[in-house]
Amino acid sequence: MPLLNSLPDYVLTTKTDELINWMRKSSIWYMLFGLACCAIELMHTGGPRADIERFGVTPRASARQSDLMIIAGTLTLKMALRTRLLYDQMPDPKYVISMGSCSNCGGLFQLAYSVCDGVDKVLPVDVYVPGCPPRPEALTEGLLKLQEKIMTERWLAKAPRAKEQAA
Amino acid sequence: MEPLQIYERLKERFGERVLETVEKKPDPFAVVDPGALVEICRYLCDGPELAMDCLSNETGVDYKDHIEVVYHLFSYRHRHGAVLKVKLPRENPQVATVEGVWKSANWMEREIFDLVGVNFEGHSDLRRILMPEDWPGHPLRKDFVEPQEYHGIATVRESPIVRLDRQKKK
Repeated sequence: MPLLNSLPDYVLTTKTDELINWMRKSSIWYMLFGLACCAIELMHTGGPRADIERFGVTPRASARQSDLMIIAGTLTLKMALRTRLLYDQMPDPKYVISMGSCSNCGGLFQLAYSVCDGVDKVLPVDVYVPGCPPRPEALTEGLLKLQEKIMTERWLAKAPRAKEQAA
Repeated sequence: MEPLQIYERLKERFGERVLETVEKKPDPFAVVDPGALVEICRYLCDGPELAMDCLSNETGVDYKDHIEVVYHLFSYRHRHGAVLKVKLPRENPQVATVEGVWKSANWMEREIFDLVGVNFEGHSDLRRILMPEDWPGHPLRKDFVEPQEYHGIATVRESPIVRLDRQKKK
């Protein structure tokens, strides 16, 4: 007898990987970390109008408790070293959203002597959000993209064998 | 009191050590001898008639053949202001600190040291204030050459157009 449709209504079935990912994507804690004017939009995103807490996204004041780092603002070379240190302090699995033109490519300030042209020179970036600065809606969309990415990850399912992949 | 009257007073008291006064609007200024700077500042700050109790700005300029440090002074009691300048040689520019006269000079002199490279003799804590401790050179000097990398981070980014062209050729 198949398992499906044989259980009472209040029992749900799912794949373990999807359950794990569903829990992970519903509790992304981001690090309380703002560098420039994008940080103001980041605060708006946490406020009542955009309210990203409905996705379980909440700021943490410590790198040790965060899953996500949102690079919000112009990254100077001096700060780049400290940002890398903070990223190294975060526990795996960890994600990075690059928010705004400055952290994407240096933006308006890319010709300045003191500015790091893009955070991807020091950290691996998962989602780039364009804008100067991006509106809270844009950052929210970036966050939903990150959730999609988290849902595609596999923790328990074995990778298909080389033979099956070829076929 | 008008700035020019203040400079006349300085000339009366310090004579040759006030090198020149320029009546250029909007900010007439006096160029003074770097050796007498602290003495002049002390006179401007302490006297009851001048009472320049506020150093509102102190900054450095690189003019290619020399380096200038500019002092914008203000008196809250009399509501008048004055501008002092000292000219320094480009090689090893050095001037005495005015931190003993106005305490606010501390950070402004650190900034000038950091960006223009002026050495303030007698400063209590002459370190870089904006740039990293291990930064090479002083970035607001006209002959400053931007380093190609900083701790392995490249400081220039290739233009996306150049990259696209290269991909097309492949």
